Amino acid sequence: MSGQMREPMLKISGVHTFYGSIEALKGVDMEVSAGEIVTLIGANGAGKSTLLMTICGNPRAKSGSVHFEGEDITRVPTFEIVRRGIAQSPEGRRIFGRMTVLENLQMGSITAQPGSFSRELERVYTLFPRLKERQAQRGGTLSGGEQQMLAIGRALMSQPRLLLLDEPSLGLAPLIVKQIFKVIEDINREQKMTVFLVEQNAFHALKLAHRGYVMVNGNITLQGTGRELLANEEVRTAYLEGGH
Amino acid sequence: MTALASQQSGRPGLDLPAMLKEAGVTALIALALTFPLVGLRTVDVGSRLTVSPRFTEVAIAVALVFIGRIGLILTREKQALPVLVVSLGVAAAAWFLPFPSAALKVIAIAGALIIAIRAAITARSDRSTLSQQERDRAMDRLGARVQDAAVWIGPIAILFAIVLPFMPFANRSVVDIGILILTYIMLGWGLNIVVGLAGLLDLGYVAFYAVGAYSYALLAHYFDFSFWLCLPLAGLLAATSGVILGFPVLRLRGDYFAIVTLGFGEIIRIVLLNWGVFTGGPNGISGIPRPSFFGIADFERRPPEGEIAFHQLFGIAFDPMHRIIFLYYLILALALCVNLFTMRIRKLPVGRAWEALREDDIACTSLGINRTNIKLAAFAIAAMFGGFAGSFFATRQGFISPESFTFIESAIILAIVVLGGMGSQIGVVVAALIIIGLPEAFRELAEYRMLAFGMGMVLIMVWRPRGLLAHRDPTILLHPKRSARQQQADSEAGE
Repeated sequence: MSGQMREPMLKISGVHTFYGSIEALKGVDMEVSAGEIVTLIGANGAGKSTLLMTICGNPRAKSGSVHFEGEDITRVPTFEIVRRGIAQSPEGRRIFGRMTVLENLQMGSITAQPGSFSRELERVYTLFPRLKERQAQRGGTLSGGEQQMLAIGRALMSQPRLLLLDEPSLGLAPLIVKQIFKVIEDINREQKMTVFLVEQNAFHALKLAHRGYVMVNGNITLQGTGRELLANEEVRTAYLEGGH
Repeated sequence: MTALASQQSGRPGLDLPAMLKEAGVTALIALALTFPLVGLRTVDVGSRLTVSPRFTEVAIAVALVFIGRIGLILTREKQALPVLVVSLGVAAAAWFLPFPSAALKVIAIAGALIIAIRAAITARSDRSTLSQQERDRAMDRLGARVQDAAVWIGPIAILFAIVLPFMPFANRSVVDIGILILTYIMLGWGLNIVVGLAGLLDLGYVAFYAVGAYSYALLAHYFDFSFWLCLPLAGLLAATSGVILGFPVLRLRGDYFAIVTLGFGEIIRIVLLNWGVFTGGPNGISGIPRPSFFGIADFERRPPEGEIAFHQLFGIAFDPMHRIIFLYYLILALALCVNLFTMRIRKLPVGRAWEALREDDIACTSLGINRTNIKLAAFAIAAMFGGFAGSFFATRQGFISPESFTFIESAIILAIVVLGGMGSQIGVVVAALIIIGLPEAFRELAEYRMLAFGMGMVLIMVWRPRGLLAHRDPTILLHPKRSARQQQADSEAGE
């Protein structure tokens, strides 16, 4: 896929991002092509989430550029970026706690084409039958796994072409993590959804992803296919030691 | 603290020394508080300020606290029935006993009645053993039931409001209080959009009320515009001022936002106060024209040549009440418009986005919601309703001055929204009835009515920390036949 001369869907080049005077991203280059699952792994504080947020323009890149489907979106307002087809399931899930599951999903479709709601809802409920059972329940009363499903489902409701997932496995039981990753794989295979996944759970993420990047202190230090990275000695000692 | 300690030790029977000790400590605290506050009174003697002691009052207050505490302890120790009888007796006796001041009398009676109520509740169902959480949940269920019942309570309340002016007991003062309460209900519903739905703590709502009132007064004064022309203009001007304020402010969050709105409210008032040439300054504007009957007829006994008066139009005898009743219906209609609007807009994307914004504004951005626009919309719409209410206020009073738009007005409107339960429409009505109605109803108590007001606020916040009716109704359902709350309750019970 990467061998083709086609323009990648998402192209990040030389991005520097600052929090005040602290440089969180020190010139990041990476690409995501249409139809891929790409994962970004790294330790706490490496700048993974910052990169994801920078794609959405909050915080903005101080220098460098972000291109989505050939257009420069580096300076485009955040809400406009979402409207162009990038949906995000934010870190910590950020469910609307007092609103019901159904209302949460409805919020997701606020930028979608009118009339798409029931079709997309059906699709999300097929992916997560659990959400259908709980649709009249308030988001805050769901379990952690269900909330994660809701966060992903909510992001899918906007009919994105690129799905950004920030640590979907955070704080979940291994069995649930497996379930969630299975769904991500399904979304990618059946709906041809391009997925950019930021993860600490390197083993699962690399097994799932077509390609991966490793981030250390705001720099991309390694890249390769998921399989290559899984076999890489450095990656093994730094992120995979001590089991899965 | 002491109450908690003795509850935990779970002492069987009565422990007289411990009881006396607890009551004694309470009395001591009361003494420490009342001595400087009540015991010392400054008196003007000639040109000098001297201090005159009032030790009897202190002694009586401390004794009341001591007795009251013993009553509470006995209630706790399952002696509710005797406490009930004695406290009722004390309340009755206090009515006739001579107290050195009326305040002490009111406090004694009110205190005895509260203890009696607590004892009655305890005696009936041993409620005092209920934990705070259980009580909360019970009240939540009650609140949910009230809101379920809103389906028929709403129409009944509206019907009652419609026939009220024609009830036999509806004299001038009843209708006047009705108008006052409805004005605050309207303001509460307006502010509810910003505070309850969008979750922006606006401490300067009265500014828009003032803009609306002065818009009408000044337009009528300088251009002779009629009320019916000014009403939409006042709404428009208030909404514009909302947008002007909103633009710089909406990037702020939480406390900072509240402070800036507070400042804005004061700025408007101070400008009105000091721009004497234009606004009349502290003298205000008087002779604001009264509204006509939809521009057709006036409410005058003798209309000017060539015009027709309301009573002539309908061929009835002249009655000054006609105008009051008309004003009553006017504010009722305005308030119902606000309510209808809010209930509808909650189901639209913008309304739902307000609620989502209150929950989590970062998540909102990640869903492609333009926060600034959505917040501005909430601000402008609420300001517009404030403006409508303001021009109604101006036409009803016939006179306005900056005095009417002080911070306390903002605080009262906010209190109505918070006490009612943020975002709850019917909660606003109940809270407005309590906050505006009670002080009016207890007007005979003169300055002590504020005491009743404060007590009501404290009690509500103790019993219902999240507001009287804090339950939130889902706006979208898949099985519309069953109530949303039932669905929610069912699925949440299955947890």
